[in-house]
Amino acid sequence: MSIDIDKIRADFPILSTKVRTKKLVYFDNGATSQKPQMVIDSMTNYYQQQNSNVHRGVHYLSQIATDAMESARENIRKYLNAASVEEVIFTKGTTESINLVANSFSKVFITEGDNIIVSEMEHHANIVPWQMMCKEKKVELKVARVNDDGSLDIDYLKSLFTDRTKLISLAHISNVMGVINPVKEIISYAHSNGAKVMLDGAQATPHSVIDMQDLDVDFFAFSAHKMYGPTGVGILYGKKKLLEQMPPYQFGGEMIDKVSFEETTFNVLPFKFEAGTPMIAEIIGLSSAIDYMQEIGIQNIADYEHELLEYATSKLEKIDGLRIIGDTKNKASVVSFVVKGVHHYDIGSLLDQFGIAVRTGNHCAQPLMKSMGISGTVRASFAFYNTKEEIDVFMEALNKALNMLT
Amino acid sequence: MTIQESKVELIEEFEMFDDWMDRYNYIIEMGKDIEPLADDLKIKKYLISGCQSQLWLIAELVDGKILFKADSDAIITKGIAQLLLRVVNNRTPQEIIDEDFSFIDMIGLKEHLSPTRSNGLTSMIKQIKLYALVFKAKAQQQL
Ligand SMILES: Cc1ncc(COP(=O)(O)O)c(C=O)c1O
Repeated sequence: MSIDIDKIRADFPILSTKVRTKKLVYFDNGATSQKPQMVIDSMTNYYQQQNSNVHRGVHYLSQIATDAMESARENIRKYLNAASVEEVIFTKGTTESINLVANSFSKVFITEGDNIIVSEMEHHANIVPWQMMCKEKKVELKVARVNDDGSLDIDYLKSLFTDRTKLISLAHISNVMGVINPVKEIISYAHSNGAKVMLDGAQATPHSVIDMQDLDVDFFAFSAHKMYGPTGVGILYGKKKLLEQMPPYQFGGEMIDKVSFEETTFNVLPFKFEAGTPMIAEIIGLSSAIDYMQEIGIQNIADYEHELLEYATSKLEKIDGLRIIGDTKNKASVVSFVVKGVHHYDIGSLLDQFGIAVRTGNHCAQPLMKSMGISGTVRASFAFYNTKEEIDVFMEALNKALNMLT
Repeated sequence: MTIQESKVELIEEFEMFDDWMDRYNYIIEMGKDIEPLADDLKIKKYLISGCQSQLWLIAELVDGKILFKADSDAIITKGIAQLLLRVVNNRTPQEIIDEDFSFIDMIGLKEHLSPTRSNGLTSMIKQIKLYALVFKAKAQQQL
C-alpha cells in the first residue's frame, strides 16, 4: 500500500497556511509535527462531552473521563507492545521522562563510584539530567564518541563499559542527523554487562515501528507533539520490575495510597509516578495520533519518508560546498547540512522569506556540534505529509538563497 | 549629516525596493561593507546574546560622540548592524538615548524587531542604548 498524499494533506488544516504571500513548506517536523484534524477533534470532543477529573469522582462524567484516559493508556501499551499498562507512565514529554529516570532510578540503583554512559550525539535533554545526577551522586559520566559520518563508534562505546556501569542512555535516532543507532545490538551488549538501557525515542516514534519487548529496552521516552499529537504529554515506558523498585519522582494527589502526617504510602504503578491531575485531553490526543498513524500504517509512513529523504539528499549533494552532517545508510527523514562560507542563520532567514520552515542552529546538541567542528546546521526534517514538489520548491529557494549569500 | 537626515536617507534607499529579495540583497551588500573586527576583539565581553549568529559590538567615546564597531559571523546580521550603525555612529549619547528606532519599521524590517526573533537586532539596540547611557553618566561624573 502506498500513501494517498492529497487525502493526508487535507487532514492537516495548518498545511494550507500562507507565509506572507508564499505557500507554507513545513520542514521543521523534528522540532514538532503538525496535528491532523482527527487529533484536534478528539481533544475538542473530550472537552465538549467528557471533561471531568479522573480517578476520583463517583459521578457519571468522572467515570467517563477515567475510562477514556485509561483506554488511551491501553492503546498506547498496545502501540508500544509493552507487557503491561503499568509500564506506561504519562509525563509531560521526553524531557520529563528522562528526568524522572535520572532522579528515581539513581536513588536505588546508583551509588558513588558507579558510572553511566551517554553519547556525544545526545539532545541536551539526554545529557543535563544525567550530568546533574552524576554530580550529586559522585558518579562518572562517560561519553560515547561519534564518527565523522555521524554513526556511533561502537567499539569505543563497548570499551566504556565496566562492572560499575549501571546505565546507558542513548538517542534511538539523532535529532540533528537522523542517524538511526544500532540500539538492539547496544541493548544486548549492555545487558550482558549488567547495565540497564534508556532510549531517548523522541525522534524514533514519528518515523518507525517500535516494540518494547522486541527491543528489550529498560526505559523508553518520547513526546506526543513530535508524532502528530498535542504538546504537553509524553510517555515513559519502563520495565515493571524496575519501576516497582524506584521511588516516586513528584509528590501530591493521585500518586498516594494513604496519607497522614506521620506517614504516607504510595499508590501502585503506574499512578505512583503520576502526581497531580494528569493532562487528560492531551493523553486522549496522543492516543488518537497513534490511531491516525496506524490507519496509514507506520511502515508505509517510514517507507514514504525514506523516499523523501533520498530525493532531498541526492539533490543537496549536488550543491557545491554543501556538506551533509550525518551521512550513514541507516537514517530517518532528517537531513542536516552546512555550506562552506555561509552561516546557517543566513540560509534559514532567507528560506523563511520563501515560506520554508527549517531549523537552524545547534539543535540543543552543542556537544555534537563541537565534535563535528561546526557551530550549527540547517536542518530539514520531513513528515509523511511533505512531498517531492515541496522539496523542489525548497531546492529552488536554497539555490537562490545561496546565490544571494555568496 | 544629522541623525534625522541619515534616517531619511536610509528610508529613501529602501523605498526603491518593492520586493523582499531586493531588500535582503541590499542588507547583504551592506553587511559586506562592514569593516571586520580584529579577531582579538571578537571576545565574550563584546558578544551580544540573543542571537543564533555571533554578534560583537564595541563602542568608544571620542570628542563627545560615540563610535561604534560591529561584526558578526552571519552576513544578514552584519548588514542589519551596519544599517543601525549608519544612523547611530558619531552621535552624542543624548541623541542615541532620544532615538526610538521607529525608522526600522519604515524600511520594512519590522518583523525583525520582534523580541522573540533570534537575530539579536533587539538586543543590539538595547546594547547601543546602554552604551549611550553609560557614556552620558561618565561624562556627567567628570563635570
Ligand atoms: C532527540 C530528542 N530528545 C529530547 C527532546 C526533547 O523533547 P521535549 O522537548 O518534547 O521534552 C527532543 C526534542 O527536541 C529530541 O529531538
